[in-house]
Amino acid sequence: MSTHSNAIPTSPLESRATAPIDISLAQRFYWSVRRELWENRSIYLGPLAVAGLILFGFLISTAHLSRNIRAALLLDPMHQQAAIRQPYNFAELMLMATFLIVAIFYCLDALYGERRDRSILFWKSLPVSDLMTVLAKASIPILVLPLFTFAVTVVTQFTMLLWSTLVLSVSGVPVAALWNNVPLFPMAVGLFDHLFGFHALGYAPFYCWLLLVSAWARRAPFIWAILPPLAIGIVEKLAFGTSYFATILQHRFLGDPQSAQFQTAANSMDPLTHLHPGQFLLSPALWVGLAISAAFLAAAVQLRRTRDPI
Amino acid sequence: MTAIEARGLRKAFKTTIAVDGINLRVAEGRILGLIGPNGAGKTTALNAILGLTPYQGELRVLGRDPWRERDQLMRDVCFISDVAVLPRWIRVSQALDYVAGVHPRFDRAKAEAFLAKTSIARGSRVRELSKGMVAQLHLAVVMAIDARLLVLDEPTLGLDILYRKQFYDSLLNDYFDRSRTIVITTHQVEEVQNVLTDVMFMNRGRIVFESSTEELESRYAEVLVRPEHLAAARALKPMSERQVFGRSILLFNGTERQRLASFGEVRTPSIADLFVAVVGDQAGQPPAQVSTHLRGAAQ
Repeated sequence: MSTHSNAIPTSPLESRATAPIDISLAQRFYWSVRRELWENRSIYLGPLAVAGLILFGFLISTAHLSRNIRAALLLDPMHQQAAIRQPYNFAELMLMATFLIVAIFYCLDALYGERRDRSILFWKSLPVSDLMTVLAKASIPILVLPLFTFAVTVVTQFTMLLWSTLVLSVSGVPVAALWNNVPLFPMAVGLFDHLFGFHALGYAPFYCWLLLVSAWARRAPFIWAILPPLAIGIVEKLAFGTSYFATILQHRFLGDPQSAQFQTAANSMDPLTHLHPGQFLLSPALWVGLAISAAFLAAAVQLRRTRDPI
Repeated sequence: MTAIEARGLRKAFKTTIAVDGINLRVAEGRILGLIGPNGAGKTTALNAILGLTPYQGELRVLGRDPWRERDQLMRDVCFISDVAVLPRWIRVSQALDYVAGVHPRFDRAKAEAFLAKTSIARGSRVRELSKGMVAQLHLAVVMAIDARLLVLDEPTLGLDILYRKQFYDSLLNDYFDRSRTIVITTHQVEEVQNVLTDVMFMNRGRIVFESSTEELESRYAEVLVRPEHLAAARALKPMSERQVFGRSILLFNGTERQRLASFGEVRTPSIADLFVAVVGDQAGQPPAQVSTHLRGAAQ
């Protein structure tokens, strides 16, 4: 028996509107991500606020800009570049740190908060699978935040450069010194590579671990996220006197000194020459990390399915 | 067509058996009231039906296995699990946007029309709304979904009497159309009495009573027995006896009304009185006995 056979629509318009339309997976994913942005406004407000602070501080600092540039022009090229580019690198660093802090707090709460306030019962009453929900949540630190951080950083740096140009041209200092030392395009490419290669894909196992803990913990997900890795490290140290696990984590977090990625991060003076996307995509470390991430996410999906609201 | 069919449905937690092998069949187009004391297993049974919890035994909801096919099932099933589950941060307009975005059977115009009758502002966040308004919003969303099965678990808990009345009125007048099935659990039995087509009592994980409301009206009779007939009335083995203002009220199952009329005033018992008669008396007995005894009584 069809659902509609007995229904008495009150108007022709209504009967047309209730005819089921098909909703694609992409559309469900889109709304699932949007819902995350509604709930966690820090995802975009955080980087925007930090960018605002950076610009405000920079605005004040440009009172001495022409003097500083003149002083920098007396240095040798290497130091000159470092001196002139310093505020731009600082902006980049601050926004990246914001990205990481927002991502960590987001992940820890993503599957925990909805159980704590029982709203998971509302989300589960809608035809969105646990897999879709968990993937949408994982996409925030791995896709949305790096993209947004990238955009905000580039706009911030561009604004800084424009403002400096204006200030310098008024005070008669050659603008070329500035533009030669702050190559926005190569900087942006290097930043994009670093954000996605290192902080998004490289850190993916961390984010997915945090999501798993937030799906599992009944309280204090932050503690539960830290304790197991700490325990593994301690047991390894006591039992075998080694610290391989800690080293692996350290390489993940700070970069492997032997890898091309690390060279890029350490020596960002000329990023374009250090880009090796092919090498990066073929590196086993990346794929091992992604496999671990997938396993963590699969476990998180299962937990979201079975765990009761707290 | 059967909306819900369960055979030997069982769900045990670490220390308790929440649902103890129940058999259940709900035909399409019925409004079933699932009534029971706290901890009777109602919510657990509903969670199994909604695919929120794994279970033992056989269970089909609209022909699907709810645990394995929850995502598919949720296109045809809607539920309000608690009054307070709408996320507190969400705005009214966002809730509508989101449901319209993910639910193929959601009719936004219908939800808007329902909301227009309330004082809920589109820009408000759920945390700014009163409890009654949150329930109205949830109901507006749910009623705009063209679902085949609607499950309401204590949908009016904590609401004042006006909102409760309004809730069930809207549900009956604007939503129910005989092709949909509704399952309601509630403690406020008297309020759903006129809404239901079927009644089911649960106690200690078992179904201890089931009846359609028509059958209930024809089978069960309550007699306000005059004192001189008390002994004769008691001889007919009433299900229960209680005292109101010094008069005895005896509840009979399956006894002819004509015969009862000679003892005193006869009326149809309320579901609440029947519930007390069926479940209240058995409080001290072990569950297995409760079930067999009352199954016999109900048939």
